[in-house]
Amino acid sequence: MTLIQSVTLASAQASISFTSIPATYTDLCVKLSVRCSDAATDRQMFMSFNGSGTSKSSRVLRGSGSAASSYTSTDMETGRVDGAGSTASTFSNIEIYIPNYAGSNNKSASSDGVTENNATSAFAELAALLWSNTAAITQVSFAVDGGTNFVQYSNAYLYGIKNS
Amino acid sequence: MTTRPTRIEVNCTTGEVLEIELTDAEVAQMEADRVAAEARKAEEDAKTVALADLKASAKAKLIAGKPLTAAEADTLIL
Repeated sequence: MTLIQSVTLASAQASISFTSIPATYTDLCVKLSVRCSDAATDRQMFMSFNGSGTSKSSRVLRGSGSAASSYTSTDMETGRVDGAGSTASTFSNIEIYIPNYAGSNNKSASSDGVTENNATSAFAELAALLWSNTAAITQVSFAVDGGTNFVQYSNAYLYGIKNS
Repeated sequence: MTTRPTRIEVNCTTGEVLEIELTDAEVAQMEADRVAAEARKAEEDAKTVALADLKASAKAKLIAGKPLTAAEADTLIL
């Protein structure tokens, strides 16, 4: 596993994108430590490939601290992000695995994320993600639901994985 | 004077990190997303309250030995 690029935000940002991703790896892995500026306890984070806003879906398994649930979404929901309503200075941890990103089949991915909150309401989510598009992935982007920003010190690490 | 929101792009080939101001369309989309998220949250909160009310009603009826409605019974069955 090789670190391709990383970024730590010096100021609040509406989205984080890795662009011009080389096709020289087998799989991609993204690790994020993120928090958003929304007043809520948490917000969902969305992923997109190559700037596309279409042909996305996900199946999410969720624990909320008090109940378990599952649902289907027409977006790629990768996990919930701590907001201003959660314990101060805590950040959500999210890991995303994207196999065969440069291949010519539809692109699947999986995500595993948790929020950090010293209260009953704290989320753990596993999601199966799909982009029904056969293009090679050259860009991976993240944004938070609700038109809110990632806060300063949020960071993202993009790794490439080779099977040889 | 308000500061226009920005986004970060990390070029994985050159290593260049760009901070780019959102376009008017992107700012408008952010605002639309915010409004939509507020509406969704209000709907989710209403559902949560309604479910809690149903559970409380089902519990009270069980204790009192009264018949439950189908909706109340659903809250007790996994």
